[in-house]
Amino acid sequence: MIELRELKKQFGSNEVLRGVDLRVRRGRITGIVGPNGAGKTTLIKTLLGLCHASSGEIRIDGQRVGDDEQYRARIGYMPQIARFPENLTASELFTMLRDLRGEAGSLDGELLDRLGLADQLDKPLRVLSGGTRQKVNACMALLFDPDLLILDEPTAGLDPLSSAVLKDRILALRARDVTVIVASHIMSELEELCDDVVFLLDGVTRFSGPVAQLTSMTRQANLERAIAALMIREVA
Amino acid sequence: MMRVVLKVARAQARDTLRSRSIIVYALFFLLLTEGLLRFAGTSSQALLNIATATLLVVPLVTLMLTTIAVYNAREFIELLLAQPIRRSALFAGVYLGLMTPLAASFAAGVVLPIAFHRSEQSAIALVVVAIGVALTMIFSGIGLCVALTTDDRLRGLGAALGIWLLTAIAYDGIVLAIVAMFSDYPIERPLLGLTFANPIDLARVLILLRLDVAALMGYTGAVFQRFFGGIAGSALAAGALVLWIATPFGLGARRFNRKDF
Repeated sequence: MIELRELKKQFGSNEVLRGVDLRVRRGRITGIVGPNGAGKTTLIKTLLGLCHASSGEIRIDGQRVGDDEQYRARIGYMPQIARFPENLTASELFTMLRDLRGEAGSLDGELLDRLGLADQLDKPLRVLSGGTRQKVNACMALLFDPDLLILDEPTAGLDPLSSAVLKDRILALRARDVTVIVASHIMSELEELCDDVVFLLDGVTRFSGPVAQLTSMTRQANLERAIAALMIREVA
Repeated sequence: MMRVVLKVARAQARDTLRSRSIIVYALFFLLLTEGLLRFAGTSSQALLNIATATLLVVPLVTLMLTTIAVYNAREFIELLLAQPIRRSALFAGVYLGLMTPLAASFAAGVVLPIAFHRSEQSAIALVVVAIGVALTMIFSGIGLCVALTTDDRLRGLGAALGIWLLTAIAYDGIVLAIVAMFSDYPIERPLLGLTFANPIDLARVLILLRLDVAALMGYTGAVFQRFFGGIAGSALAAGALVLWIATPFGLGARRFNRKDF
């Protein structure tokens, strides 16, 4: 279980997270939604330690996340933008990550095949298309069999087939009790994947709970309309 | 920790070494050194010209390439920060991975033609190479500091260029103005202090004194020769260069540890 208590993050005078309280349950897929600038990426980056929280605390399975970087050994992260050193190959990148962690890791051969990545591994990353680099990004996030998978706009730039393959893999991971956090603007994708949803607005959690609860609470047919209804209510 | 530093450095260096700009940089010094050794008359004159090029080009190229490389590697650094590794180890690895190929390209470009021509002044040539490597270490650290201080790429590159203009070009003018203003006073000692305040000036003085052109600098040259020629002066100059390497590195590491990515 991941717990965030009164998490605040300020960049100069800009208060991006203004006291986020959140519980992410183990073995479930939780979607983070909100308009641009709501604090989704900052929340993810703070959870990963890329941003330093101004105040508040983060606990993973009861352990407070602090200066010890070892908690990140359990996390697989797929950032929104897949930009890597352009003169390296995907194989070299995987090898480097394995060396860095001192872990063997296991490349998912089936995923590589289904994403059509197997014959792209030895090409310099600069010659790969944005979509192919995004596939490399996905394989890297899954390299070390994570307990917690954090995905920031995971299907951005992927073709429909690859997007479906990745979503299938995410659902299979949930079946293995992996906790998944997904930030996305694509509501249909979140509806397809997520058990729970967190709605952020102006750096504050406005809703956190199962998708079904949100749709019934707002009396809307789907997640997209439920979020829209919530936004209208909050703005009014 | 050292293992992580070396792994990051190796990956970064591999990427840097395959970039076109690093090859062009090595070829520039190779062709320049070869050309000067062939056509500049005496090897002493050739070395003086190589040293001048080193003092101008090494800081500029190092600043620009390291600043650009850090901006280009921003997302990759974020990905590495999401791994269970210490920030300080990652910073040291990125620094080494950028600095080492730059220093190696410069050194290879200068050393290969000198070795080929079997110059009788190879000891002085080695001093020029060592100074060039030290400048690479200093300005790599400064480039990293600049790129970590501002997220705006254009502003960062502008600041890097400004630092080069100040240290490589304008500083001499400022020193000259001070000399002119206080020409009635014995300012040789304050001038020594000003030399330590700019790594390029310090490097220039160290090279010029080895090239025996200090005599052309009159009384000031004699004061400098006496100071830097002694053991204490040499040790102080070497210490100042080490401090110039360590300070931007330390500031960069501190900035990196505190930065929000």
